Amino acid sequence: MKTIVEVKNLVKKFPIGDGFFTALKGVNLIFTEGEFTGLVGPSGSGKTTLLNIIGTLDVPTDGDVIVLSKSVGNLSPKEAAQLRKEELGFIFQNYNLLPVYTVFENVEFPLLLLKMSAGERKQRVLETLEWVGLTDKVKSRPSQLSGGECQRVAIARAMVKRPRLVLADEPTANLDAANSHHILQTMEKLNRELKTTFIFATHDEKVIGYLHRIIRLADGKVVEDSSPLNSPKGDLKSESSQGTITNNNDLDSSPSGRLGGAL
Amino acid sequence: MTMIKMALRSLIGNGLKTWLNVFVLSFTFVLIIFMQGLLEGWNRQAVTDTVTWEIAGGQYWSQKYDPYDPFSIDSSAAVVPSSFRKEYDAHDIEPVLYAKGTIYPGGRMQGVLLKGIRPDQHLLALPTYLLKADGAEIPVIMGAHMAKQANLKVNDLVTLRWRDVNGTFEAVDIRVAGIFRTSVPTVDIGQIWLPLDELQKMTLQPNACTILITKPEIPIQQLSAWPFKDQTELTKQTAAMIQAKSKGYNVFYFIFLSMALIAIFDTQTLSIFRRQREIGTLVALGMTQKQVVSLFTLEGTMNALLAILVGTIWGLPIFVAFAVNGIHIPMDVSSFGVPMADKMFPYFTLKLVAGTISFIMVITALVSYWPAHKIARMKPTDAIRGKAL
Ligand SMILES: Nc1ncnc2c1ncn2[C@@H]1O[C@H](COP(=O)(O)OP(=O)(O)OP(=O)(O)O)[C@@H](O)[C@H]1O
Ligand SMILES: [Mg+2]
Repeated sequence: MKTIVEVKNLVKKFPIGDGFFTALKGVNLIFTEGEFTGLVGPSGSGKTTLLNIIGTLDVPTDGDVIVLSKSVGNLSPKEAAQLRKEELGFIFQNYNLLPVYTVFENVEFPLLLLKMSAGERKQRVLETLEWVGLTDKVKSRPSQLSGGECQRVAIARAMVKRPRLVLADEPTANLDAANSHHILQTMEKLNRELKTTFIFATHDEKVIGYLHRIIRLADGKVVEDSSPLNSPKGDLKSESSQGTITNNNDLDSSPSGRLGGAL
Repeated sequence: MTMIKMALRSLIGNGLKTWLNVFVLSFTFVLIIFMQGLLEGWNRQAVTDTVTWEIAGGQYWSQKYDPYDPFSIDSSAAVVPSSFRKEYDAHDIEPVLYAKGTIYPGGRMQGVLLKGIRPDQHLLALPTYLLKADGAEIPVIMGAHMAKQANLKVNDLVTLRWRDVNGTFEAVDIRVAGIFRTSVPTVDIGQIWLPLDELQKMTLQPNACTILITKPEIPIQQLSAWPFKDQTELTKQTAAMIQAKSKGYNVFYFIFLSMALIAIFDTQTLSIFRRQREIGTLVALGMTQKQVVSLFTLEGTMNALLAILVGTIWGLPIFVAFAVNGIHIPMDVSSFGVPMADKMFPYFTLKLVAGTISFIMVITALVSYWPAHKIARMKPTDAIRGKAL
C-alpha cells in the first residue's frame, strides 16, 4: 500500500508566556492510501495540532511530516498552499462555510482555485452535491441550512476536487446521532468508492465505531494504534454485522445511498 | 478573473451594507467632482470676464504705476508713447488714465478711483459710448455696485473733487450717464469711468495715461518705460484668489471623503475581523496569504468601482443639467472681490474627473489593504478557530 503521510518523531511546542507547552511529544505514524483512520483521545491530547501539521496549516517544531512525498517543514507558504489546493480536503468541526456564498458557490470554490472551466465546475459541483443529497439546496446560503446540511456542504466542498487526503476535525461535534451516522456513512462510501484517505480527529463514540484504524493519543503521545477486528480496511460490506450501523435501511434511504449510482 | 468573481460574490453577498457604502462613496465622488467643476467653471468664467471687461489682449503699464500703492496713483501717468501712434488712431490700443477723486453723494464723502477712457473704444465691454452724451456736466458711467454704494441713479448729479497734477484741489459736478452690470468687481467697485480727454484736462496731464490696453493679436512692443503684462499675468491674481477661496471647500471634501473612507474602512475591518475564520478557511482551501490580501483589497476597491458606476448613473444627469443651464448663485459679488456672475456654469475636465476617481480609488485600496494585510499575517490555525487578535 502506498504511503500517503509519514509522521517522523514529530514534536510541536507552543510558546506560552516565557516557556513552551509541548503539545506533541515525538509522534511516529504512517498512513497509507485509502485509510479511514481516527485520532482519538481526550481533549488537549494534540489531535487538532497533529491534523493541522499534516494539513500544512502549521509547522513542526522538531521531527518531520511527509505528506504526499513532501516534507511539510520545508515547504514555502506558496508550495504549502498549492498542496492544500490540489491534494487536501478539510472538514472542520464548525463547518467554516463561506457565509456570503450559496451552497453551490461554497462547493465550487476549490474548483475556482484550481481554475477549472465553468462547465466542468458546474458538473462536478452538482455531482458532488448529489453524493451528499443536497441538490435541492444549491441556491441556499449557509445561514438557511441546518447543522447537518452545513456539515454535508462542508464534506462536499472537501470532496469536490477529489483530494487524495481528507482531514476531518470533529466533523460530527455539532450534529445529532442521526445526522452523524448519515454523514459518516457518506464519508465511508466516498472512501470506498474513490479510495480517498480520511484522517479524523474525534472523541465521538459514534465516529469511532466507523473507523478502520484507531490511533489513541494521550498527552501528546501515541498510546495505542489498532485496527478493530471486524472492520477490515477498505471492505465495508462485511460491516453490516457491526453493531454501530444499527439500521441498514437508514443507509439505503440516505442520500449517500445514491452515491453508487452517481459514480 | 477568478479573484474578481470571488470579490464580486462577497460584495453581493454583503447586500445592503455594500450598497450603503457604495452610495456614500458615490456621493463623495459626485460632490467632489461637482464642487471642483463649479470652481473650474467659476475660474474660467472669471478669467473670461476679466479679459472682456478689463484686460482685452493685455496691458502696458506705465513704469511708475504700482497697483498696490494707492498714494502714487496720481503721479503714475505718462504720455502715450509715439510708437503707438498707428494703433492709437486705429483704436487697437486704448489708453486709460487713473486718478484719485472724492465724490459727495447725499452729503457723504466717498473716495473713488477715476478712470478716463475714450468713449469710442471697443476693446472692453464697458458701455463707454454713454460717455459721448453732451451737456453742461461731465458724463460718467459706473458699475451697479458702485452706484448702489453711492446711492446714485442714472442722470443723478454728484460733486466730484480731485487734485490736479500740481496738487491743487478742484471740484465739478458730474452726471451719471449710465450704470452697467458686470461680474468683474475691479471695473466696478469704488470706480467711476469718464471720458479720457476730460480727465486729462482735469488733472492737467494732456496725452497722458496710466495703462494702455491692447487689442489681442497685435504685435507687442518691448518698451522699457511701458512694461507689457499679458493676459496670463493679469489673470493670475484672479485665479489665485479663486484658488484661495476654494481652499475653504477642501475642508468639505476632506470631511466627506473621510466619512466615505471610514465607512469602507469600517466595513472592511469589521468584515475582515469578523471573517477571520473565513480567511483561515480560504487559506486551508489553498489560497496563499498574498492571494487573500489581494482578494480583500480587491473587494474594498470594488466598492469604489461600484460607486463610480452608481455615481455616474445619478451624478451624470445632474452634471449635464447644471453644465448646460448653469446655477444661480444668490450672492453679492462685492463680498467676494473676485469676478462672479449671477449664474455659474460648472466645467468638468477629464483631468478633474479622472483625477478624483483615481485618487479615491487609491485611498479606498489603501484602507482595504491595511486590515487584510494585518489579518493575513495571522497563523491560519488561529484564524480558523476565530481567535481574537
Ligand atoms: N496556538 C496554541 N498556543 C498554545 N497552546 C496551544 C495552541 N494550540 C494548541 N495548544 C495546546 O496544545 C494542546 C493540544 O491542543 P489540541 O488542540 O491539539 O488538542 P485536541 O486534542 O484537539 O483537543 P480537543 O479535543 O479539545 O479539540 C492543548 O493543551 C492546547 O492548549
Ligand atoms: Mg481539537
